[in-house]
Amino acid sequence: MKVVLQNLTKKFPGRGKKSEDVVAVDNFNFEIPDGKLVGLLGPSGCGKSTTLNLLCGLLKPTSGKVFFGEDDVTDLPAENRGVGMVFQNYALYPHLTVRQNIIFPLQNLKGKDKMSKEEMGKKALEVAKLVQIDELMDRKPKELSGGQQQRVAIARALVKRPRVLLLDEPLSNLDARLRLQTREEIRRIQRETGITTVFVTHDQEEAMSISDMIVVMRAGVVQQIGKPQNVYDDPVNLFVAKFLGTPPINVFYGRIKDGGLYIGDGKIADAAGVPDQDVYAAVRPEGFILDDNGPLCCGLSRVEIMGRDISVVSTHDSAENPVIRSIISSESNVNTQSPEVRFSVKPNKLFVFSGQTEDRIRIN
Amino acid sequence: MDKRNLKGWLYLLPAFLFLVVFMIYPLIDVFIYSFEEGFNFASQSFFGVGTYNYSYILHDPYFLQAVKNTFILVIITVPLSTGIALLISLGLSSIKALRKLFQTVYFLPYVTNTLAVGLVFMILFKPTEYTDGLVNLIISWFGGSTVDFISGPYWAKMFVLCFYTIWVVMPFKILILTSALASVNQDYYNAAKVDGASTFKTFTKITLPMISPSLFYLIITGFIGAFKAYSDAVALFGTNLNTAEMNTIVGYVYDMLYGSSGGYPSFASAAAIILFAIVLTITCINLMVSKKHVHY
Repeated sequence: MKVVLQNLTKKFPGRGKKSEDVVAVDNFNFEIPDGKLVGLLGPSGCGKSTTLNLLCGLLKPTSGKVFFGEDDVTDLPAENRGVGMVFQNYALYPHLTVRQNIIFPLQNLKGKDKMSKEEMGKKALEVAKLVQIDELMDRKPKELSGGQQQRVAIARALVKRPRVLLLDEPLSNLDARLRLQTREEIRRIQRETGITTVFVTHDQEEAMSISDMIVVMRAGVVQQIGKPQNVYDDPVNLFVAKFLGTPPINVFYGRIKDGGLYIGDGKIADAAGVPDQDVYAAVRPEGFILDDNGPLCCGLSRVEIMGRDISVVSTHDSAENPVIRSIISSESNVNTQSPEVRFSVKPNKLFVFSGQTEDRIRIN
Repeated sequence: MDKRNLKGWLYLLPAFLFLVVFMIYPLIDVFIYSFEEGFNFASQSFFGVGTYNYSYILHDPYFLQAVKNTFILVIITVPLSTGIALLISLGLSSIKALRKLFQTVYFLPYVTNTLAVGLVFMILFKPTEYTDGLVNLIISWFGGSTVDFISGPYWAKMFVLCFYTIWVVMPFKILILTSALASVNQDYYNAAKVDGASTFKTFTKITLPMISPSLFYLIITGFIGAFKAYSDAVALFGTNLNTAEMNTIVGYVYDMLYGSSGGYPSFASAAAIILFAIVLTITCINLMVSKKHVHY
């Protein structure tokens, strides 16, 4: 089932009498193709959870529409939308066993969808097997580990075959290892069921690794939508470039002069046909090449060896951050005795953004 | 016993001593009195030992009346007051505007002086030379015939007693239940909503189990409190409760000790022990029922 968001806007009244409304989601347009896994990504308070609540019907939009397939569900309350939702803290009913928790949504079905007890039991077991908790059916939630609770929450969301599955920060309560494992699990379950899924996260790595598409949001405004790799390789503005990637992108204050991009005194790249102006020049950590004659001269702080790669930590007067982190192959030879290190920059890993608007300037 | 353990016992000692002196010793003493026939405080003497005290009070029509009154009071007021308090709390937690105001209004009876409360009930129910009371006034407006609520028929007096009791215990119950309702995480309600649960189902399947510990606490203390009712009856009907047919078990115990026809500590003790047995039984039943239905 495809999901369409049309000019979706949500404003919350500001606190105090004269304060302005807070725009949590601003004019969100997006069509989620059927059966895809979409990651809503952004820093805290960017409106991604609000978007999710608008999708599931717990919040009503100030304006705009939501469609599931061809149905306009904007005015449909949450209980009639047929969505499954996994809450950040799972919200498993503590007084019910795992089985009762999973069956709960089925017990609420009305009319022709009504099921007999046996059917419910069968469905619950089916979905429990899918998320691999069929051994734990008679336990109470507090007798489960975090990862198991997470699976129960997913099972409960899936059991009534929702039209859309929504996950609110599904991994934030898990430890690092479990997080890796669970995100693969979510991907597998989503593939097996083919249910259109939207999940919210502030962890870009999480979103990039399992999503078919990601939506990067900032202060209620959608910045960029696309396949994770495309967004990473071709960010539309400085915010998106900074938000994606670990280690983060290195940002320099540069300028465009006489058809060239300069950082400090070094001419990093050609920028023919672009008017002279101050810009941000951003280079992905993997975009540096060790080059004794390279245009970018940095003060060498230290070299960190991380097995497959080495990370060169250096400084530059024009850099936005105190350190520049570059990742180069471990076969390269860095003279750690030298006080400085010189780089040239891979053109496809270098992005230029306007100094005023922070929007992307294409130089080639 | 290691040193740390000893320390623990030492800390417990003051409270323990207090309990022994003022609770356990009197309890045992009362139990003994209840089997000593014709015990006299002044001379500390008695005729014999046996179950005569019990057999006497169990054949005393005043005692039987008191037991009947107490049970009626318990059976009517505990479910009603808890139920109404729950309804009011649900109402309070679902409104936003004026919520604080209503909360205060509902809590007022709890901090109001008993005498003032008595005065209000007098105005409501007590006939004087000039008026038959506010309630009777309203009844006669609607064309009914007036009833003497204070010294009239039994059911009228029982109605006033139950009404008074419910009214007095309500604020505390509302206070406990509103805070219990407020402590239920909103996420559970959201989850139930997304899961398609109706309002009624959400209430029975989510809200009730979530607040069941508080509800259970109120029911148990409600039972115990109602079984020990006495002062309310005195406030309404005066000290001569036997004549008013409005005596309670505790009232009977008091009358047997200090009342105008009093001076019978043995009978009083027997009645107290019977009350103790009743309360203990009911509380045990409550605890057994709660094992199945209360979720901590």
